[in-house]
Order: sequence, then structure tokens, then C-alpha cells
Amino acid sequence: MNKTVKNSDEAVKDVKDGMTIALGGFGLCGIPENCISALVKKNVTRLTCISNNAGVDDFGLGLLLHKKQIKKMISSYVGENAEFERQMLSGELEVDLIPQGTLATRLMAAGYGMPVIYTPAGVGTEVAVGKEVRKFKYLGVEKEYLMEYAFEPDFAIVKAWKGDTQGNLVFRLTTRNFSPLVAMSGKVTIAEVEQLVEPGELEPDQIHVPGIYVHRIFQGSGYQKRIEQRTVRKK
Amino acid sequence: MLDKDGIAKRIAQEIKDGMYVNLGIGIPTLCANYVPKGVDIVLQSENGILGMGPFPFEGDEDPDLINAGKQTVTLLKGSAIFDSAMSFGMIRAQKVDLTILGAMEVSENGDIANWKIPGKMVKGMGGAMDLVASAKNIIVAMQQVNKAGESKLLPKCTLPITGVRCIKKIVTELGVYDVLPQGGFKLLERAPGISVDHIRKSTAGKLVVEGEVPEMKLD
Repeated sequence: MNKTVKNSDEAVKDVKDGMTIALGGFGLCGIPENCISALVKKNVTRLTCISNNAGVDDFGLGLLLHKKQIKKMISSYVGENAEFERQMLSGELEVDLIPQGTLATRLMAAGYGMPVIYTPAGVGTEVAVGKEVRKFKYLGVEKEYLMEYAFEPDFAIVKAWKGDTQGNLVFRLTTRNFSPLVAMSGKVTIAEVEQLVEPGELEPDQIHVPGIYVHRIFQGSGYQKRIEQRTVRKK
Repeated sequence: MLDKDGIAKRIAQEIKDGMYVNLGIGIPTLCANYVPKGVDIVLQSENGILGMGPFPFEGDEDPDLINAGKQTVTLLKGSAIFDSAMSFGMIRAQKVDLTILGAMEVSENGDIANWKIPGKMVKGMGGAMDLVASAKNIIVAMQQVNKAGESKLLPKCTLPITGVRCIKKIVTELGVYDVLPQGGFKLLERAPGISVDHIRKSTAGKLVVEGEVPEMKLD
């Protein structure tokens, strides 16, 4: 089953104003650079973006924020982005900050066919406001858990290291982060890859996301792979 | 009074052979530098690493390999990479033995605040709410007194909290404390040259002092 599309423009062609998009990546590590650029170019607006972080001022989701294409962000940590902070504090941007593990597991739940999860993260905090709380005994202790819903984004967009034309994906090092979970969550899932290969070139037992979750795949180009915190030792 | 490295050095004494350890950003990260020789541990980074190594040598940094602080890192032999759901899965399932994190405030009943200053600073909680809600063993590394001279060991947190009744041990520039189940900061050790009186004045919440309190040993 060949799921190849020509490029990022074709991959995002039916993303419409007001839609919800989940994006892979942690900080700037493993973000779908090509598709973000295509969304900037396409100028779709009022987007709700589910992504652990919001990029930096001039890269990643920061590019969409800068053009005010995002109406709402659902993230766990947004510390690296001054324009984000400005839009949030002024009320231009809606922000739903949720615990990182909750974010990951709500995406996973979508791909695993589970409408809700229960997690202890956020119990007793403002994250718990308005949410159903239940007590469970687990690991020998009874405590409170919050009910959280699976995400159901219209589109899920990830970047993988290698992918085949059937949509099977392999991620390199810590670019894996949220990406397999995001890939599983989409009604339509788009994968951009550094290396697009033919079926049979990936080892079946090395695949991180099986192609059943992926609807469109294309060979990406021009990856910048910016580093947020370059920390090194002297030789 | 301890500097940041002093706090890290003291906390490192709590890291035991065979532990899987998650270190937060800031002082907690420094603890890795002071793990005693012969103590074999595995560092977890919640973006999906077990077996995280030191920063890479200049020129060897790889944008595809970062830690939860978005810093370039390396992998040690025997390391493993996984996705974020599994990462927080092993945290919730209490496979991670020790979590060390920073705080802006801790209350005498063990509540912690470290993710938000309303109207001023909103960076988000990242993995902190998951970690404090699930970890069986959490040590907080923090400044007990801020620049304005105000104590951050409080009767009740003033900032939005990250977790309820979850902190049991705190190391600050002035001392080491247990948070008692019935409430209160029990002083276990004093920083070198710091008196109980000084600590009493620097603790806004209930301080419990029993008998002679030893000075901490750092070498």
C-alpha cells in the first residue's frame, strides 16, 4: 500500500482553519520542520496545537505563533518562547498546560483505543479543576486519580528518521520522544522522513510505528535540526 | 551556607548503588557530578533515556540526542531509548527509585510549588506533576531563603501547587529536613557553620528540632 505524497504542501493540503493538530518532537528535537513550514505558507489559522513544547521565537511552532495562526496550545512546557509568553499573558492565545506524562498517555490512549486514562498527576492542583476523581488501590496504596480523555486530533504530524512507502517508521535516538504517540493519535497521520525507503528495507522487528497508523509519508528536505542548549565538554 | 554545588554534594550522599535516578533541571543535574565512586546508578531522562551519560566532547554533539533540559548529552554503554508514554509509565509504576527536583516553595505538610507564578512566569509543569504524584522517593533541592530574605519553607504554599503531600526530604543551603507525616520540617543536619537559631529564623513553617542537630559532613 503506497502512501507516498509528493511533498509537505501536498501532505497538509486539506488542513483547514480551526482544526486540531498534534505534532511530535521534544523542544526542537525531532520536530516536523517541513510540515510546519508548509502550514506557515498555507496560512491556516485558529489552529489548536497539541505539542509538548511551543518551539522558540523563530523556529518550530514559534513560526506559527509569530503569524498568529494558533488559537490554542496544549503543552506541558513552554519556557523557551518569549512571544508565546507575551500572547498567553495578554490573553491572545489560549493555553492548556497539562502534565507531560498525561500529555503522552492521552495521545497513546487514542492509538490504543482507550477513551480515558486515570493518572495521579495533578491531583489536588489547578489541573484537577472540573475533572472526575476516583480512588484506586495500586501498588498497595489507595490514592486519588484524575480521569483524562484521549486526544482525537484531526491531523497528527511527525518526523521520523526512516520510513518506508507503507508508512512504517523508525526514529533516531531521542527524536522518538512523543512522536510514536502522536503518530498513533491522528484521524489523518502525516510522516515526513529523512530517508524514504522501499518496503523490505526496514527490519520488521525494528519498526517503532507500524504503517497502519500512518496515512501520508514523504521524503523531507533541508533539515536544520537546531540545538536549543549546546552543552559540551572540552576534549 | 552551602552554594549550589554544596547542596548537590549533600544530596549525592543519598544516591545508593543500584538506583535508577531522575534528576531535574538546575541543582539536581549537578548531583550527577558527586555520585561517590563505586556507586553504580542509571540516570533516567524523561524525554526517553535510561543510561544518560555526560555532555559530549566539543564537536561530537548530536541534535538528535538531548536530555529533558534540551541539553546535548551522550549515552553510556547499555543505555536504552524509549517514547514519552513508556518514560512516564516507568515513573508512575515506581520503577524509578529516586527523583531529585527543584522547588520554589514547600509547605510543612509536604506540598510543593515549582511550576507557575501567576501573572508573571508561566513556563509549565513539564514532567514535575507526574514525578511528584508517583515517585516513592523524592528529594527537593532548593534555596530556603530567597533574595528578598523570605523563607520558602512555609506553613502553606502561596503559589499554585505541583503536588499534594508528596515531599519527604529537603536539602537547602542551610540544612537537611524530613517532612513529618503529621506536618512540620524536622531538622536533621545543619550546613557547616549554620546555627539552629539561624535556621529557625529562616523557616516560616513549623520547625521541629530534637536534641543536638549534627553538622552535615561534606568532603
